[in-house]
Amino acid sequence: MTFDHRHAAHCESGVVANLLRHHGLDMSESLAFGLASALSFAYLPFIKVSGQPVVAYRALPRAIIRGMKAPLDAHFRFESFRSETSGQERLDALLAEGRVVGLQTSVYWLPYFPPDMRFHFNAHNLLVYGKEGDDYLISDPVFEHPVRCPSADLARARFAKGVLAPKGLLYYPQRIERRSVRPAAVRQAIARNCRHMLAPVPIAGVRGIRFLASRLERLPADEPATAALIGHIVRMQEEIGTGGAGFRFLYAAFLQEAAALAERPALATFADRLTEIGDGWRGFALKAARMVKGREPVVPPAIAALLRELAVREEAFFRELKTAVR
Amino acid sequence: MEADNVPQEGNATLGGQRKAVYARDASGRLVIVTSRGWEVEEIVTRQAVDAMAQQAEVSRERVLAGVASPLEYWMHARRMDVALLAQSSGFWQWRVRRHLEPRGFARLSGAQLGRYAQALGLTVTELRQLP
Repeated sequence: MTFDHRHAAHCESGVVANLLRHHGLDMSESLAFGLASALSFAYLPFIKVSGQPVVAYRALPRAIIRGMKAPLDAHFRFESFRSETSGQERLDALLAEGRVVGLQTSVYWLPYFPPDMRFHFNAHNLLVYGKEGDDYLISDPVFEHPVRCPSADLARARFAKGVLAPKGLLYYPQRIERRSVRPAAVRQAIARNCRHMLAPVPIAGVRGIRFLASRLERLPADEPATAALIGHIVRMQEEIGTGGAGFRFLYAAFLQEAAALAERPALATFADRLTEIGDGWRGFALKAARMVKGREPVVPPAIAALLRELAVREEAFFRELKTAVR
Repeated sequence: MEADNVPQEGNATLGGQRKAVYARDASGRLVIVTSRGWEVEEIVTRQAVDAMAQQAEVSRERVLAGVASPLEYWMHARRMDVALLAQSSGFWQWRVRRHLEPRGFARLSGAQLGRYAQALGLTVTELRQLP
């Protein structure tokens, strides 16, 4: 089988876009991301993975797949398994039917990842579009070209344990009722994302950014753990396939598309504004990395001040965006 | 960010791969630009990778000094912590901690060693020693 693999910034939005395009829809990564209202910020100090708190710039895993239901009436079937054997048999059977199948996997056990990128992160997404001998043919959207993976390695990656353990999860669309998006659905998706970013809870959205800033402010400058946390924030923002600036550039690309799709030309200027806010996040990352590297002293209040400034800009941005799609 | 300004700094941590970044092209449209990496990403990835490698090195010394079992070394070499090793092997965390000590490790049965070896992607022979 040939598969139209397209390189994407983020695994889940890339998988959803490539999968829907395979089923004949005109879908880009940014459109899938935006329709699912996947832009976010969350700081969860009470959930630690490898000793670091969860800092996320996007919605929970699977939110983008599930997010296709409202705008496209697309129903995905999810299946998870108790044993590696049954998981692999089911995957092989679906491939034999000619289906392209989405998988949730660990990053660590995928041999085609560069060694320095192999962390125990369990919510990676990829597509399997065939099998040749013992190798699965894989469209991993964060890679430029399709890759291959031996069956034993893929089984291990699918059944890795720990936080967000995939349990062999596979998924595929069962039916997609709408082939194109209605303007109202695009506006609703934007409004929903604005609500998430302005949510009245301390750990999410712009309040989450401020919460992280106030935590950072109080950290001792000379402790290695402080630099480790600062580096961790930047890693979540830039390194973990976000398209730059913690998905802000990706969402700006969506707003550009939305200007036409939602019949709201003003959204194009919002795209430009969010790109500028994204540049602010890049500036934050640069400053933080210089501190981590020891090129300038670690000053937690200075990092916190940059975060607060970004929170102010994002709050104003999302308030105005909310009125623009009303 | 403008497409011309997308960093192409050849990060070693990307292992020769290129990543997709969104930036504005000449007409102002946001498009995917492939990037060879940004030094900022390399710095923070190296920081995280080095921290894990250092833990493994500390454990190696501890194994050689006889105060830790090879399991502690392999746990860190596989970038795991006690919580993840416990979930991956099916042992309770307090038991894993006991097995990180030479005495507890020495008492493991062949089948129990097999569970750890499986969780870490090793053979039992490899698990019993340092590489």
